[in-house]
Amino acid sequence: MIFSGAAKGAGVLILAILAAVAIFLLVNAWPAISTPTDELSESVHWIKEGDSLLDYVGPLVFGTVLAALIALIIATPVAIAVALFISHYAPRKLAQIFGYVIDLLAAIPSVVYGLWGALWLMPQMFPVFEWLSEYLGFIPIFQGPAASPPRTILTAGIVLAVMILPIITAVSREVFLQTPTLHREAALALGATRWEMIRMAVLPFGRSGIISAAMLGLGRALGETMAVAMVLSPGFVYSFFILQAGQQQNIAANIALKFPESSGLGVNVLIFTGLVLFAITLLVNMIARWIVSRRAEFSGAN
Amino acid sequence: MKRIRYGRIAALVTASAVALTACGSDPETSSGSNNDGGSESSLSGELAGAGASSQESAMNAWRSGFGSANPDVTVSYDPAGSGAGRTQFGEGAVAFAGSDAVMDDEERAAAKEACGSDAIHLPLYISPIAVVYNLEGVDNLQLSPATIAGIFNQQIKKWNDPKIAADNPGASLPDQAITPVNRSDESGTTENFTEYLAATAGEAWPHEPSGDWPVGGSQSAQGTSGVVQTVEGGQGTIGYADASKAGNLGVAKVKVGDQFVEYSAEAAAKVVDASPKVEGGPEHDLAIELQRDTTAEGTYPIVLVSYTIVCSDYTNAKANMAGKGELVKALVGYIASKEGQEASAGAAGSAPISDALRADVEAALEAMKV
Amino acid sequence: MATVQTPPSVELSSPGLTRGKLPRYAPVVLLVLSFAAVGGLFAALGSFSVPLTVFLGIILYAVVILVVTTFVEGARAARDRLATTLMYSAFGLAVVPLVSLLWTVLENGLERFNGYFLTTTMRGVFGGMDAGGAYHAIMGTLEITAFATVISVPIGMLTAIYLVEYGPKSKLGRGITFFVDVMTGIPSIVAGLFAYALFVLFFGPGVRMGAAGSVALAVLMIPVVVRASEEMLKLVPNELREAAYALGVPKWLTIVKVVLRTAAAGLVTGVMLAIARVIGETAPLLIVAGVVDSANFDLFEGRMMTLPVFVYGQYTQGLAPPGPDSIITINYDRAWAAALTLILIVMVLNLIARIIARIFSPKTGR
Repeated sequence: MIFSGAAKGAGVLILAILAAVAIFLLVNAWPAISTPTDELSESVHWIKEGDSLLDYVGPLVFGTVLAALIALIIATPVAIAVALFISHYAPRKLAQIFGYVIDLLAAIPSVVYGLWGALWLMPQMFPVFEWLSEYLGFIPIFQGPAASPPRTILTAGIVLAVMILPIITAVSREVFLQTPTLHREAALALGATRWEMIRMAVLPFGRSGIISAAMLGLGRALGETMAVAMVLSPGFVYSFFILQAGQQQNIAANIALKFPESSGLGVNVLIFTGLVLFAITLLVNMIARWIVSRRAEFSGAN
Repeated sequence: MKRIRYGRIAALVTASAVALTACGSDPETSSGSNNDGGSESSLSGELAGAGASSQESAMNAWRSGFGSANPDVTVSYDPAGSGAGRTQFGEGAVAFAGSDAVMDDEERAAAKEACGSDAIHLPLYISPIAVVYNLEGVDNLQLSPATIAGIFNQQIKKWNDPKIAADNPGASLPDQAITPVNRSDESGTTENFTEYLAATAGEAWPHEPSGDWPVGGSQSAQGTSGVVQTVEGGQGTIGYADASKAGNLGVAKVKVGDQFVEYSAEAAAKVVDASPKVEGGPEHDLAIELQRDTTAEGTYPIVLVSYTIVCSDYTNAKANMAGKGELVKALVGYIASKEGQEASAGAAGSAPISDALRADVEAALEAMKV
Repeated sequence: MATVQTPPSVELSSPGLTRGKLPRYAPVVLLVLSFAAVGGLFAALGSFSVPLTVFLGIILYAVVILVVTTFVEGARAARDRLATTLMYSAFGLAVVPLVSLLWTVLENGLERFNGYFLTTTMRGVFGGMDAGGAYHAIMGTLEITAFATVISVPIGMLTAIYLVEYGPKSKLGRGITFFVDVMTGIPSIVAGLFAYALFVLFFGPGVRMGAAGSVALAVLMIPVVVRASEEMLKLVPNELREAAYALGVPKWLTIVKVVLRTAAAGLVTGVMLAIARVIGETAPLLIVAGVVDSANFDLFEGRMMTLPVFVYGQYTQGLAPPGPDSIITINYDRAWAAALTLILIVMVLNLIARIIARIFSPKTGR
């Protein structure tokens, strides 16, 4: 009884913490919301004259989602494949080492990913981007000229992808390993090839795990501050040009860059952007939940 | 059986934790000069400051020098940014603040409330800003203010533009795109650079001075080190950065009057002396209005001046400021001294203040009540 | 079992029980041949490059193996081979950046990584001085993260138990699951601001202390702990629980002795991931734990340095001004060495956790 009470209490405590964070955000963002538009751009000098709060936040939301989407599109398939490789393809001894290394990589601070992105990745990316803009430039998103150095949203997306890859991999691998041995052996006994076994036994079993792993990765990609701040030349327009510099910016990086020198209403505006980021993740999670719930619940055996 | 094993693990963890805490030490840096032990300082206590990150390197040197003369005083400085420094000073959370900009009226009022007296600005950190570039085959680049403005406003797009050629007679300039690089974070460096452009470039620079870069769609990076890295990483790039951090990059000479001046510490200190004080401040407030469009010979006008903000009277100060007057006075006295200014020049590449300015600062300290 | 689909019908027309089979060495030979073909083509054209050869070589190999296997072994085996190829190349693709990252950190970090660096603070170090280390930052990171773990693991784990064992269908349970998901989206910088605002209430403006950093990290850590633990607890087969109930074991004892033990390895991985998620956080610690250059062991008094902030701080200082005894790149060197230190700390923590997990978890057939 005490045990179940403690468990329930912990759950309620989490709700309380979350409520406290949300209330704090709202209270601190309120001055920015309640100030009329013309007064806002007058007292916060980095808001263009005549722009409302939403005009300012819009491009930031766009940039945040774009960077996170690029990262997710690149990272998820690779991460699932790597997780399958480690759990079902690699020799068992090697698999343990790989698993260990992946766990380790999940812990590298984002500052280091930023350093690596700026110092190592950037020079490697330039020829690729130049090639893309030259031969695929007719596709609007690849329109050139490719920026030199390539401090663009695509680079940021790739760095984010590398960053969330270990997280998605680690969680999905753990889930894949939990596939009941009976399911797998049954599939193999029926004459399935290894790939068919994975498709019929492992993937359906791990689906909700994969989605929550991807959400975990997305959460980190959406809120990532330092790595983005270090590899992206920010801009504030709705722009799909992922090879050009100074087009998009991510909310968290914007807060980090502006916060130290801000005061008064500027801080309130930045906290409002934090609130918006919060709302985005809420939306994303709701969508993910909906996707999961369309499938039958798959908890334990039976 | 199992219990014993847990016990062992716990013992191991505790032992290693104890071992870890026992083996740390402070480095033995012998650079502090006066360790003669004869004139033991009577000062002791803790002193906290916060503010501009531009001053961080210099402040490290000052704290080190001050600390070796006053071993019982612990000075800390949080490089949280000018705005944060002024806010914390206004809350009474720190006893002094570093700031790249002068306080506005609201902040002055808050500071007055916290200090119980007027707060004053002391310009103790002067850092030249260099226009750095990375262009193969060009070692000597001269630029007039209007050309710099044109480049950073993205109006001049090629290195062989006639306007650049006019500033560099006889130089062979490549037909290459210019990539201007600016700071992506809000910073005092950007504010001072745009102030310079607004004052000197005329119509070529249509933007207001601001700590936030006003031109969109450009390459930008966080912090001085980010800008330097980006300029290094690209081809045909140009940016602005603290002169001491320029590394191997080319540094452009800037046109002042009829001459092209290379940055130097003396030339930077000169422009501060040539500038008038901000009017309407309290007595001994040394906030200055930098004369960016000076034509005086041998001055280098692109400088960042960072202030140390202190109370003029600590007797009624609140919160963390209370009773810190004596320590602040001693610290600022050291910073303004020749020794202190040389220490920061060595550590941060700043320009030592002139004797005239030092006399003003000493007068202000003389008048400070503790 | 319900979701297992019926396998595709076996081709009845196939002659005999066994089809032709490629020899074991065939894939390797084909791969080498593909690389050779692409590499040779590039060399003949005079523009040889390793990454491009590898990239196109693998594509060529995938096509060749698909065609060859289809003819010799049949379509299903061909799909299997293609999947295997994809798995291996995805792994290769993932390994390149990750290895280069580790390599960069090792290469740049080893230079300064020594006993002196680990046991010295930055007190009195400035400019290009050849001195100073990360001792204060290491202690700060260990203490702040440990305290954050102490706060968040009990809360997170108990919540996960509640969600899986007690209230999976209840309104409260569904509400908590939903809001925990929302909580994973709190940007780290916002968590820092929240912790700051909270501590200002109690300690007045300008507060900086390690414990505030722990609270910020705990806010970030709790949802990760809950999500990971929940996922792992869900995977414990219901048969085990039912077997325990059938033996008359009370529910709480079943959870402690059966469910938690079965899931132990996964739970430890989850907690390690959560620690990994926060140990490298920079932004919130910059705001609430502050920056200091000497060691401070008291979580509740004064500023505390942490490794990520140290890395960031050294990086932003950039090049040191040139001088007679000055090492110009000293700040970058320290940043890399500190990054290496952080990775090593995580590695040691990981090892300890794995050993503990092995002791706790029951022996399984896996």
